Amino acid sequence: MNHIKCECGHVNPEGTVLCEACGKPIAENQHIDGNDKKKLLNMRYEGSARRSTTYNKTIIDKIWNFFSSVKVGVWLIVLALIASGIGTIFPQEQYIPSDAISRDPQIFYPETYGIFGKIFYQLGFHNLYSSWWYLILIALIGVSLVVCSLDRFVPLYKALKRQKPKRHETFINRQRFYSETDHVSSEDLNTVKERLLQQRYKITEEDGHIVAEKGRFSRWGPYVNHIGLIIILIAALLRITPFMYLNEYLWVREGEVKVVPGTDGEYYIENKEFVLDTYAEDDERFKDAIAKQGRVIPSNFQTNAIIYQAEDQEVIGAETKLNKITDDEISMNHPVKFGGYTLYQQGYQLNEFSKMTFKIYEMNDPDADVLGEFTVDLFNPKTEYKLDNGFKVEVTEYYPDYIITEDGISSKTKDSNNPAFVFKLFPPNSEESEISFVGNVLGAVEGLGIDPTVVELQPMGNVIGSFAPSVDPTGENNYRILIDSIDFDRKSGLSVKRDRTLPLFIIGALIFMIGVVQGMYWQHRRIWIHPKKQGILLAGHTNKNWFGLKKDIEKAIENTPIQMVKDQNNE
Amino acid sequence: MESLLNTSSTMLFTAFILYLVATFIFSFTIKDKNKERKRTEFAGKLAITLTIIGFLSQLIYFITRWMASGHAPVSNMFEFVTFLGMCLVLAFIIIYFIYKLNVLGLFALPIAMIFIAYASIFPTEIAPLVPSLKSHWLYIHVTTVALGSGILFISFVAGLIYLIHGIDQSVRSARTISLEIVLYIIFLIIGFIVISSVFGAMHYNASFEYQSNGKTLQSEYHLPPIAAPHDGKLLTEDAMKPWFEVPTWMHGADAGKKFNTVIWSFLTGTVLYALVRLLCRKRIGAAIQPLLKNVKPDLVDEINYRSVAIGFPVFTLGGLIFASIWAQEAWGRFWGWDPKEVWALVTWFFYAAYLHLRLSRGWHGEKSAWLAVAGFGIILFNLIVVNLVLAGLHSYA
Ligand code: HEM
Repeated sequence: MNHIKCECGHVNPEGTVLCEACGKPIAENQHIDGNDKKKLLNMRYEGSARRSTTYNKTIIDKIWNFFSSVKVGVWLIVLALIASGIGTIFPQEQYIPSDAISRDPQIFYPETYGIFGKIFYQLGFHNLYSSWWYLILIALIGVSLVVCSLDRFVPLYKALKRQKPKRHETFINRQRFYSETDHVSSEDLNTVKERLLQQRYKITEEDGHIVAEKGRFSRWGPYVNHIGLIIILIAALLRITPFMYLNEYLWVREGEVKVVPGTDGEYYIENKEFVLDTYAEDDERFKDAIAKQGRVIPSNFQTNAIIYQAEDQEVIGAETKLNKITDDEISMNHPVKFGGYTLYQQGYQLNEFSKMTFKIYEMNDPDADVLGEFTVDLFNPKTEYKLDNGFKVEVTEYYPDYIITEDGISSKTKDSNNPAFVFKLFPPNSEESEISFVGNVLGAVEGLGIDPTVVELQPMGNVIGSFAPSVDPTGENNYRILIDSIDFDRKSGLSVKRDRTLPLFIIGALIFMIGVVQGMYWQHRRIWIHPKKQGILLAGHTNKNWFGLKKDIEKAIENTPIQMVKDQNNE
Repeated sequence: MESLLNTSSTMLFTAFILYLVATFIFSFTIKDKNKERKRTEFAGKLAITLTIIGFLSQLIYFITRWMASGHAPVSNMFEFVTFLGMCLVLAFIIIYFIYKLNVLGLFALPIAMIFIAYASIFPTEIAPLVPSLKSHWLYIHVTTVALGSGILFISFVAGLIYLIHGIDQSVRSARTISLEIVLYIIFLIIGFIVISSVFGAMHYNASFEYQSNGKTLQSEYHLPPIAAPHDGKLLTEDAMKPWFEVPTWMHGADAGKKFNTVIWSFLTGTVLYALVRLLCRKRIGAAIQPLLKNVKPDLVDEINYRSVAIGFPVFTLGGLIFASIWAQEAWGRFWGWDPKEVWALVTWFFYAAYLHLRLSRGWHGEKSAWLAVAGFGIILFNLIVVNLVLAGLHSYA
């Protein structure tokens, strides 16, 4: 390595722009920071020798230099910014609304947003934030961050440590804040020093040369915050592994005990009771807003749950023994935690159909004599029901979650949210059958102006069915099948999470915040006093907040003959 | 309860009037001929005092409304935008005491007033909180974001002053046109406020019935329908006949109504702009420029940068960190790529880019000023477009 010896005696590493000790510009390197074209010196990294500005031969040098350029960094940030914005033009796949035409992205985007939706889907923007190119972009920002920081931190640290109060004159008069005063007495100088000390400057002297400095630690702010960002990126990377991050969903009905998914059968949950509270329509505070919205607004929903831990089984196949570990109320913003897992209240369903009982009548029978009765367990429907008095009912179609659209009848989900049936009824000893359609209770309920997402239907279970249609498609039926009673279930939707990366994210965010505050709310300020004949040269530099530095200098030299510094930037 | 709410709205109105008067007095400070030093100094002191009193009355509005509703009043569009206006004033007061620059008030206060006026277009009833919003972290998150945004807005104010002062208005150029577009957009927002208030005061209403996703929906227009929903049927009898229907692809809930509002805002804003322009007989930028003769561009540039430096950490804390904590508590996922979250990230990226660009030599002054304007645009985009159009979990309206 070539070293450069300055006239002040200090030996600088190759590529140094301003001598680390006295600041004298090193003639052959002035092009590096563009000082050769400007009157003012570029002070960004104290003119220290950075790898990126010194070497540019090997491929490694070139890669290093690419990533250590702030320009490249800014480009990466801007690209990430634009990409992120694009992803919000239409909803991401996970946010396709539940009442959409279809939750299949291939259908949803073109159907809902036309040609633009189609392009959006085909470019893969419906999963933009987990696309390989987006992740690479973020990773490149990470690489750039590391390289950039290493490239600058070490030389900057050394330069600031080695700086001396005694500076070369060209260093002083090429600062942005600069003034010359021909005659200054030593009392005046003492006053200035005194005042600088009062403003909490640290003063170092050497042969009458003075540097007053404060806030140097703020120079490390950017490096600290970049470390925070790196930790966050690493945490995000780790989160891809199931060991670090687990996310499951579970529905549990009232009264049901279920294993908590993702826990390898270790934990069980019992839904003792599901509670839904709504705002009273005559609530004095909110009545106007509720009336305007025209619907019931939930105020709280929660699962009163018991969590059990399974005891280690000694005999394989023996019944699992469950030990209660907590008894808690899980609601929005109040998750329950146990054994490293957290359960969040996410959703609920009040009116899941569990059982429907049907009765058979003769068409147009004024006495309504019941000819037969059967009950369908909706979680386990049979294909055929044989009744005592010889009737036989075949279930030809079952739509658990009935919906009718332009494309015909279908089932929105596999859950029995709104069952509808097409029955084939065989009267006793008959090979002839007749078809009837029964169901779509929710359609009838909504027709009555009841909102089944917040109103419980259970108490109406015995009457509500009579509003549901029973259709005779041929108009030639001799019998009618009517809903007699309905049992409903209430189920609670909970998500199960275990996130071991959280502490890392927290530490990263904390370090980031410390770093930005350190770099933004404090500034590194230096004032040099350089004796010359009977007078002095005065210069000042700060990395930001020149206004503040100017005020400091004004205060320090008040009522002394020392000339106020001029801002040479304006000349 | 009623009386608390009455106090609350009176105090908000008082704050608005005080900001108006303070703006007026700030306008006396910008001539600054040396002979009149004393007088301008007095005017400046009076104006900032009025601003502070105005801020205090808005604070009382905030507290009394909180008491009346039982939750921090930042939970719907009216409350949040009002609060944002208040944060802008607070940020202005802070920056004022650092730099003592009167001309900032002349621009910051009218913008705060536009925010408050804009807020009042939205329903002002106290609304009940849905379960996911019932969290202290939500308040902490929202108030911190608003404060951070308020501080970042000051950089826009400074940038705007820099541009109006510095751009050569003697010839037409890309820069004069861009600046004029920025000012024109402000007119559009004012146009929206004016036209909505006029028809709001008349309780104008026209209902449409239309189909969306296989459901029959109703849309209540509060402005005369120029554009009807696609396949919409006008239910109100004596309402104006719509001129046309919005195209098929605009078929989200209320898409027709939103588009209609946009048309009205354009019409009104353009008329207002044209009127002012006719009165001045030159570009609005050129008309304001002489008022800013005494502005020191270096100082304004420094304020632009400084407010980003102060606002960025606050915004990060509120918009990303507190937001994540809340999301973690509510949904067990601290980040979900919801549009609102993404735009907070975009804003953050943008100001990070700004800070990095300031590290190099060529980006001070005018370029920074344009960046500050763009940053303001991004925050407003998140507030208006994302809330009302792209709507995610945070959708208020
Ligand atoms: C989103 C990602 C990033 C954020 C949030 C961020 C944040 C910051 C902040 C707040 C500062 C302080 C600026 C100031 O004091 O005015 C800073 C400085 C800096 N950043 Fe970044 N940064 C990011 C990415 C990058 C990247 C990719 C690079 C690499 C090219 C980079 C290189 C630098 C450099 C060289 C400094 C100046 C250090 C100094 O003043 O000595 N940053 N960064």
